[in-house]
Amino acid sequence: MNYKRITLLAGHYGSGKTNIAVNMALELKKLHENTAIADLDIVNPYFRTLDSKDAFDEAGIRLIVSPYANSSLDIPALPQDMYAIVDDTSMYSIIDVGGDDRGALALGRLSRMISDENNYDMFLVINQYRPLTPDAASVKEVMDEIEEAGRLKFTGIINNSNLGAETDETCVLNSLHFAQEVSELTKLPVVLTSVDEKLAPKLAGKIDNLFPMKLQKRPVD
Amino acid sequence: MKGNEAIAEAAIQAGCRHYFGYPITPQTEIAAYMAKRMPKIGGTFLQAESEIAAINMVYGVASAGKRVMTSSSSPGISLKSEGLSYLAGADLPALVVNAQRGGPGLGGIQPSQSDYFQATRGGGHGDYHMIVLAPSSVQEMAQLTIRGFELADEYRMTSMILADGTIGQMMEPVSFDFDIKEAPAKPWATTGTKMAREHNVINSLYLNAEQLEKTNIERYQKYAVIEEKEALAEEYLTEDADIIIAAFGIAARVSRNAVNEARANGIKAGLIRPITLWPFPKKVFAKAADHAKQIISVELSMGQMIEDVRLATECRVPVSLCYRVGGMIPTPDQVYQAIVEANEKGGK
Repeated sequence: MNYKRITLLAGHYGSGKTNIAVNMALELKKLHENTAIADLDIVNPYFRTLDSKDAFDEAGIRLIVSPYANSSLDIPALPQDMYAIVDDTSMYSIIDVGGDDRGALALGRLSRMISDENNYDMFLVINQYRPLTPDAASVKEVMDEIEEAGRLKFTGIINNSNLGAETDETCVLNSLHFAQEVSELTKLPVVLTSVDEKLAPKLAGKIDNLFPMKLQKRPVD
Repeated sequence: MKGNEAIAEAAIQAGCRHYFGYPITPQTEIAAYMAKRMPKIGGTFLQAESEIAAINMVYGVASAGKRVMTSSSSPGISLKSEGLSYLAGADLPALVVNAQRGGPGLGGIQPSQSDYFQATRGGGHGDYHMIVLAPSSVQEMAQLTIRGFELADEYRMTSMILADGTIGQMMEPVSFDFDIKEAPAKPWATTGTKMAREHNVINSLYLNAEQLEKTNIERYQKYAVIEEKEALAEEYLTEDADIIIAAFGIAARVSRNAVNEARANGIKAGLIRPITLWPFPKKVFAKAADHAKQIISVELSMGQMIEDVRLATECRVPVSLCYRVGGMIPTPDQVYQAIVEANEKGGK
């Protein structure tokens, strides 16, 4: 993928942003030496980019995360070094934004600087199989709320439709129509369809812009 | 969907149109879901000023005869305990969810099962019980929520879903193909007399000691019926088992893997998974004690359910504990090792 300097991932909570962010950061690092991943999720402390710290350390990716994350003082605090995202223009970054409009609120602090520089993509992560976003209209509703709270416009869509451990080829293929409907309603292109890397060989050739991912959070047996 | 969302959606499908709560990890998705959905279907979502306020709002709606719920996690449930006792004292049906986290005190946000005593013994003051249901999958979160409402209405008491942070946060596909019983008529509810009947009074205050004694005894007669009729457990490979694991919720899922591993290595292991924690499935355990050599209680606590296992088996079989606490979860390997050790010891 052709990355802009800043790539933001936002969407309905539980849509798969963190998994995509982690995989994108690892890919981005291969393209740009100075790469960072930032966790701006102050809403749900249960799933964190910090959980993949070892992988980032090994790859030499800078992790921008609240120093209080996963500690006894896990308060909704933003990382103090998040300004590096906008100040250090030699750095490429992936930003994992919190879910829904409540999560996107944290973005407001940076949104003006990001839009002034105008070298960013903000992707709307969608999953048709999540209960509150089963159709294009409900996705649009979430999208409008996020844009209003985060004060930044989306530039594309990532179709991450999956049913967890029960995801199969058909499940992904059936979601393409939904992604297309979202695209038409929002006037945004579907830039990627992200899937578990294990499924990718079966879908190769059937989907444009397939993004195979190593899943960080495996479903329990 | 997430386990917490499954609870919220199931509650709506069961006809619940009133939700009162106060956010706390790891169950906030229930409130978030209700906040989105309730206004669209003519229901009421209210974020109360505290857990105590929320449970008393539940008392109000339950008095008016409507299906109503609240949800919280361990420290929040402690705050609600006074209200739970009042609901019991007034014989009101309600659904309360506890997505348990590590304790005591503020503890942590990671999963736990250490509110077993609190839930199965009632939690608040006075002689009473709640029906306690323990889901071990996201599908069951939905299913037991619906069952919880039905049982609450049938017996005029509180049903508690005793889940944990893992099942609340975990995502699995859910089928909502349920045959849902509508709420029965509630002639006792305070729905307005329309000058056509006597006032209905919802109250837990009995200053007359004789009357209070009588009410308590009648309530326990009802509990005896529930213990007889509603106890539920899933048995897995128990028929010929020498070593039986007792585990509920997330601990049961871990244990199932360990049982399979043991069977693959020639050890006759089995699993009893209580689905109702109160009433405790005593008969299933009593029967298992006839042939099992040992029972291992696998818990995310320092050993709480183990007491009920010992009582149910009348100590005819040695019962040992395999545990992790503080938000940690036992691995299938840890449970398997406990099975191997128990097998070497031999038991009775």
